Amino acid sequence: MTTALNRVAMMVVTLFGVTVVVFVLLRVAPGDPVAMMIGPGASAADILALRVRYGLDGSLLTQFIIWLKALLGGDFGTSISFHRNALALIAERLPATLELAVVALGVALLLGFTLAVAGTLAQRRIGEVAVDSLTGLMLAVPDFVWALALVLLFGVALPLFPLSGRIDPSLGGTFRTPFYLLESLVTGQAAAARDVAAHLVMPVLALALPLSAIVARVLKGALAEAMVQDYVLLARVKGMSEWRLVTREALRNAVGPTLALTGVQFTFLLGGTVIVERIFAYPGLGNMAIEAVINRDLPLVQGIVLVFGALFIVTNLLVDLAIAALNPRLRHG
Amino acid sequence: MADANLAVPRPVGRPAAHPGPRRWPALLRDPKLMFGGGFILFLVLLAIFAPVVAPHDPLEQDLMAATLPPWGFAEADPAHLLGTDDLGRDVLSRLIFGTRVALTVAAVAALVAATAGTLLGLLAGYFGGWVDAAVSRLVEIWMAFPAVLLSILIVAVLGSGLTSVIVAIAVIDWTRFARVIRADTMAQAQADYVTAARTLGFGRWTILFREILPNVMPGLIALLALEMGIAVVVEAILSFVGLSVSSDTPTWGGMIASGRQIIYQAWWVFAAPLAAVFLTVLAFNQVGDGLRRLLDPVLRR
Repeated sequence: MTTALNRVAMMVVTLFGVTVVVFVLLRVAPGDPVAMMIGPGASAADILALRVRYGLDGSLLTQFIIWLKALLGGDFGTSISFHRNALALIAERLPATLELAVVALGVALLLGFTLAVAGTLAQRRIGEVAVDSLTGLMLAVPDFVWALALVLLFGVALPLFPLSGRIDPSLGGTFRTPFYLLESLVTGQAAAARDVAAHLVMPVLALALPLSAIVARVLKGALAEAMVQDYVLLARVKGMSEWRLVTREALRNAVGPTLALTGVQFTFLLGGTVIVERIFAYPGLGNMAIEAVINRDLPLVQGIVLVFGALFIVTNLLVDLAIAALNPRLRHG
Repeated sequence: MADANLAVPRPVGRPAAHPGPRRWPALLRDPKLMFGGGFILFLVLLAIFAPVVAPHDPLEQDLMAATLPPWGFAEADPAHLLGTDDLGRDVLSRLIFGTRVALTVAAVAALVAATAGTLLGLLAGYFGGWVDAAVSRLVEIWMAFPAVLLSILIVAVLGSGLTSVIVAIAVIDWTRFARVIRADTMAQAQADYVTAARTLGFGRWTILFREILPNVMPGLIALLALEMGIAVVVEAILSFVGLSVSSDTPTWGGMIASGRQIIYQAWWVFAAPLAAVFLTVLAFNQVGDGLRRLLDPVLRR
């Protein structure tokens, strides 16, 4: 229990550090933040009013405190390019990114487990070499490069899937929730589900390939360790087939450490959505973030960076707590 | 971006491998090092001799010869082996000149990131206590940012250009080195040779830089090779977003971005630099893997 509280306290410290970094980064940005916020054509009185409101006439420390107070009150400011509340914009885009990331995580786990089991069953044969080379390649090449390679492969050479967007515009207006895939599956709209899934194939694969390689490597290592344990030997002596040995006996003990590592790696996948969404013009948070940086939309940039930071930190915390809860040896650590 | 550099605890208490002459045969026998190292050497030569090797001026436009396909396709011009882009510029020549930016960024950014990260990792791992707590907290804060978004933000703040790109990569990726070197240093600090050095009356800084640093070097060098590959990709990402060096300098990322616009009319403008990035990342990765195997006596066995 104290460990859990400790972790939560650390999380608050980290989150505070993130806000400090964001503040410093955006304050050293060239240009007057007020001029950026208010746009051209504002009167001198308006500018002065904003200056006082954001404490920009005070010291950097006062500015920071005022800024932090606004953040804690949920006031992320108004987007310069959209002229709307930054937090509301983020809330609109976040579900698309979450849907992409979670589907990619599922695919990565499925692919990684399949590869690890296949590699273990094919031990010391050509199949194992093939699996090892494949995971090596998937791991060496990052998501950005995979995404572009997929564009070339499935967008141009073999045009199987749509190159950009989240859904065909003719199907777009019928959703009540921002979770298109989930909603179309739950309500049984087959055409919409198929279209959303087709749009997801390439970005999901780009994100999932490197992670699935990590999953496969770690799980394969854990399986190799489990396969020489006495209980596996006993089961083998009793005449259990290799397939059952791996999937029933060894896998049960190898899954824990693999899932723990996957949780940590999931934050890297979340970070990867930024550029992958850009490449596929996917209307998520990452794509909006790049747009916001290019447009110098500081309130929106800072909001998105903070939301990503909070997402990462909370994910890591949940993973840590889950590992501690599942592993009795760490419970009192 | 998935992180391939998982900090694996390494065995303790052995001296650094001696890269004496006996190692050379091993170096040449390792296919990973042969392929990776050979390819990178090839790129370095291309970058140095770009003006001699490139068949055309990479900036020379010829709208009459725009979007010519690569050699072997109908309507191809043998003078343009990899075809031309929408402005009639020679793709192969641009690709060759692009190696300059890619390799400069790879070398400089990786070295800066490695220096900063290693220094902090050594200090945290050896001194522990509040130094370790401070460095670890800093790493944790840094890891809470999406790397790509942070790099784009830094370049946007500093203004585009080669220096900004290098700064952005170094500012973000020092954590990779700090994490691994910290863990390695912690392990080495427990080793007998460190106790011996302390008994002999060596100072703390002498022990840290003369005894421990050489022993964490193998991991560091392998990591450096991997980081160079990452730097090439980050440069390509920044060019892709339109934030890297000016548009008159040919870069692979810039070529990919402009090729993406005309992918249906001239796929080769997109495919050629993409293949270059793909192979370069793979080559740096193979070198990193190969070096780790070569320099680590435990893995070699």
